[in-house]
Amino acid sequence: MAERCAVIGVGQTKHAAKRGDVSMPGLVREAAARALEDAGLTWRGIDAVVIGKAPDMFEGVMMPELFLADALGAVGKPIMRVHTAGSVGGSTALVAAYLVQAGVHERVLTVAFEKQSESNAMWALTISVPFQPPVVAGAGGYFAPHIRAYIRRSEAPAHVGMLVAVKDRLNALRNPYAHLRLPDISLEQVAASPMLWDPIRYLEACPSSDGACAMVLTNGDGAKRSPGAPAWVWGTAMRSEPVIAYGRDQVNPRAGRECAADLYGQAGITNPRREIDVAALYVPFSWYAPMWLENLGFAEEGRGWKLVEDGVTAIDGDLPVNPSGGVLSSNPIGASGMLRFAEAALQVQGRAGEHQVDGARVALGHAYGGGSQFFAMWIVGSEKP
Amino acid sequence: MSEPVTSIRRPVRLEYDFTAGRAMSRFLLGLAEGRILGQGCPECARVYLPPRGTCPTCGVPAEEEVEVSPRGTVTTFCVVNIPSQVLVVPVPYVCANILLDGADVPIFHLIQECPIEEVRMGLRVEAVWVPAGELKATFESIRHFRPSDEPDAAYDSYREHL
Ligand SMILES: [Zn+2]
Repeated sequence: MAERCAVIGVGQTKHAAKRGDVSMPGLVREAAARALEDAGLTWRGIDAVVIGKAPDMFEGVMMPELFLADALGAVGKPIMRVHTAGSVGGSTALVAAYLVQAGVHERVLTVAFEKQSESNAMWALTISVPFQPPVVAGAGGYFAPHIRAYIRRSEAPAHVGMLVAVKDRLNALRNPYAHLRLPDISLEQVAASPMLWDPIRYLEACPSSDGACAMVLTNGDGAKRSPGAPAWVWGTAMRSEPVIAYGRDQVNPRAGRECAADLYGQAGITNPRREIDVAALYVPFSWYAPMWLENLGFAEEGRGWKLVEDGVTAIDGDLPVNPSGGVLSSNPIGASGMLRFAEAALQVQGRAGEHQVDGARVALGHAYGGGSQFFAMWIVGSEKP
Repeated sequence: MSEPVTSIRRPVRLEYDFTAGRAMSRFLLGLAEGRILGQGCPECARVYLPPRGTCPTCGVPAEEEVEVSPRGTVTTFCVVNIPSQVLVVPVPYVCANILLDGADVPIFHLIQECPIEEVRMGLRVEAVWVPAGELKATFESIRHFRPSDEPDAAYDSYREHL
C-alpha cells in the first residue's frame, strides 16, 4: 500500500425511531457536517465522497446517492455508492480507505445512513418469489434458527442473551447519540418482554432507527495537518460467502473467520483477546455477541458465552464490547456498520466521552450483512502503524 | 402560515418477469408433478436444493438431476409471533430449516399440523402438497411440512448442517 490511512473526523446524528425534523439530505448532512467540523475542514477540503446504505427499498427511494450528491458537497467531485447489505457501513468506510491508501485522493468523506421510518424495514425485502418457499419471517425469523443452533452447539445457558441485552442498553445511557434509552432495563424486564421470534425476545432485538454516520479519512500528510490525534488504520478486510452451500456454517461463518485472520495478519495481532482493547461488534440480536466473539477468535468455539457471563465484555471488563450500546441500542441499518467503525476510531482517539474505555489503544470495528454473507472489519490504533 | 409538509405517503409497487433458467425450470416443473428435484455436483457429490446449475463450493456445473425425498429432518427452527403482511398464517407459527432426505442443504419452510411446543430439533417431517389438480410450477405447490410420525433424527445425523 502506497499511503497510510487515518481517521481525522467523526460525526453522527442523534438516532431515533423517526427523525421527522430532517429530510434524507438533511440527515446525511448533519452527520457529514459534524465529521468535517471534527476534522477542522470545510466542504471545500474534501476530494471525494463515498456513500453507503442498505437496500433502496428501506426508504422506497431508488439510488438516493444521486439526489444526495449536492447535500454532501460532491458537486464537481466524485461520489460513489457502496452496497453490501447490513455490512455496508463498514464496507463503505473501507472503500474510502482504499481510495486514500491507493493514493487516488487525499481526503475522502465517507457517509452511511438509513431512514427506516420512511418505509417498512421489516417487510420491505419480503417479496413473493416462485423459486423460494412461501415463508416470510423478517430478519429475526431468518437469524433465530441460527441462534437456536448456537445455543444447542455451545450448550450456553439461556440467560446469556439477556445479559448482553442489559449490558448494551446500560452502555447506551452513556452515549448521547443512542436511540434507545432504557434506564430501568433489567434481566427480569428482558425475560418478561414478548418472544418475537423464539428464541429472540423483543428486548433482545435491535430497534429500527433513522440515523447517519460520517468520517473523514486522509493519508499521512493529511493526518499531520489535522488538529486532533488521528485514529490510524492498521488493517482492513472484507469477505463474502454464498447464500446456499453445503457445509456453510451460519453460526460460525467461514467468511468471518477468514476475514478476521486476514485483518489480524495485517495489524500484526496474534492474540486478539490480549492485544485488542475494545471491540465494536455488529450485534443486532443479543446472542450474536457470543457468536461473534468465537467467530473473531476472542474465545474458543462454544466458549464465547463465558466471556459474556464472566463480565469480560462489560465496559470495565478486560475486553469491552460495544461500550456505545451498539446495534442493540441504535440501528439505522446502512449506518450501523460505519457506527461500529467510527466507535473504534473514537475509542483509540480517547474521544468516546462517557463510554470511553480507559487506555484504549487498539480497537476492532466489525460489520456483517445479508444472511451472514458479507463481512467488513478494520483495526484502528492510536499509533501510526 | 399553514402547517409544514412533514411527509407524503406513496405506495411502491413492482412487477417482475422472472427468467428461471434451466436448473430452476427443471425444479419448478418437478414441483408441478409433485416431485422435488435437486442437482448433484460431479466433484463433491453434494445435492443442492433448490438447484442452481452449479456447485457453489466446487465452482463447476452441477447438472445431474437427483430426486429428493419429501421427508426430512428439522435441523433448527424459530417460532414467529409477529403477524406478516403477506403470509396468511395465523401467529404463532413455526419456520424451520428442513434437511430433506437425499439433499445436502436445508430449505426453509413452515411446520403446521403440530402443536408449536412439540416442534423440536431433529423432528422428522413430510411435505404436504396442494391437491393434485392444483399442482403448479411454484414452490407454493408444497403447502407446508408436518410431523411424519417417525422417531427423531439423532443430533449427530444433522449437526454438520447447523
Ligand atoms: Zn461440488
